[in-house]
Amino acid sequence: MPMSTTGDAKMKMEVRDLQVYYGSKRALAPVSIDLPEKNVTALIGPSGCGKSTFLRSLNRMNELIPSCRVMGDVRLDGDAIYGPGIDPVVVRRRIGMVFQRSNPFPKSIFENVAYGLRIGGIKDRGEIAGRVEKALRQSALWDEVKDRLADNALGLSGGQQQRLCIARALAVEPEVLLMDEPASALDPIATAHIEELIDELASTYTVVIVTHNMQQAARVSDWTAFFYMGDLVEFDRTNSIFTKPTQAKTEDYITGRFG
Amino acid sequence: MPIATRAHTNREYEQELRRLREQLLRMGAMVEEIIAGSIKALIDRDSSLATRMIEFDRRVNQMEVDIDELCLLILAKRQPVASDLRFITMALKLVTDLERIGDLCVNISERVVELNAEPPLKPYVDLPRMAEDVQSMLREALDAFVAGDPERAQEVVERDKTIDAYYTQIFRELLTYMMEDVRNIYRATRLQSIAKYLERIGDHATNVAEMVVFMVKGKDIRHTGKLEGR
Repeated sequence: MPMSTTGDAKMKMEVRDLQVYYGSKRALAPVSIDLPEKNVTALIGPSGCGKSTFLRSLNRMNELIPSCRVMGDVRLDGDAIYGPGIDPVVVRRRIGMVFQRSNPFPKSIFENVAYGLRIGGIKDRGEIAGRVEKALRQSALWDEVKDRLADNALGLSGGQQQRLCIARALAVEPEVLLMDEPASALDPIATAHIEELIDELASTYTVVIVTHNMQQAARVSDWTAFFYMGDLVEFDRTNSIFTKPTQAKTEDYITGRFG
Repeated sequence: MPIATRAHTNREYEQELRRLREQLLRMGAMVEEIIAGSIKALIDRDSSLATRMIEFDRRVNQMEVDIDELCLLILAKRQPVASDLRFITMALKLVTDLERIGDLCVNISERVVELNAEPPLKPYVDLPRMAEDVQSMLREALDAFVAGDPERAQEVVERDKTIDAYYTQIFRELLTYMMEDVRNIYRATRLQSIAKYLERIGDHATNVAEMVVFMVKGKDIRHTGKLEGR
């Protein structure tokens, strides 16, 4: 698998020989990749190619699936995230996740964002309020909800709910944000908001996004990784992948020639 | 650089691209015909052929309009990437070069009509040779496009130097005719113009070749040696 050099960029996460099995079926061949800090990396590929499996491996979400086995080495700032004695909850605080269908808790807008902080043991009301506001501002939702923080989150529109879930993830101040098709359930305008948000977030966080929308991957990401049947086929700067990919399979997929 | 060999999953898209290719080649063939016709009109002193070539160019202009429209449609509907994107953006530029060649042939034909009103200045030796070279450059560039062959296209780029050399030679020779006798000036300047037009056609054929390289390899080889900082 040809891995393009990521140049002088500092690597936030390093993956070496990552393999994932569901039962006896191998879903991800040994994958090695470096994810540059404060860059957006898009994971693309057809259904079942392993991109979501790969994403979930980055913050140990795969462990929540009973038959799943993960092998290999994943490091955040050089620290292994898998291994005996490493608390997956702590890992997931540093590496947050946003899902395809927004899943706000049936609580108020404020409580949704505060939840992670309370669970983390923060009691000071001033601090909680401050961090909730900061997270809502970072997810470009503050102006729309600041006067109704006590309202039930389920009353928000789809796009707002998704931004709320992003705020929820950001409230615990992660370093990496994983997004699994964050805009696929949204209309074009809400999608545009999310894409703009991703662009802003990249100045603070390292973002990894799975998307089946090629144009979105081209628009939002700095780097693109193309997965096919569990293999990482090509990884390069987005500009190169979408104008002159080096692998025939990549070319076939992104131009829509895929059988 | 892999050039896609399979068909698009979406058949309509595939057909649109095929249509674009066909139209480009048809336009290329028309332009080759106009060059040949204009030079024949010069050599045979055939003003009616020259006039027919001027009329023919209208069809070339129409093709430019049609192909531009098709490219725009594909861009809007399909949001092409990679090799498709390079193909379509280059098609837009290629069409401009071909259309300009058509216009230059109209210019040649107009000079031919003017020349035919006078007795011939001299036997034409170098102009036909230059014209033959230029025609073959364009033919080669278009064949390279059909074959997706960047090496063949690269060879065309190298040949542009000979065309420039022809032009300089012809220009100088005509200059001596003008210095010899002022009555030669009218015809000599028109012949110099024709040589200039042919030289320009050579440049456009070179552009076509450079675009073929970009389309196939994704490598932009334009303006070698003449870029800022390089």
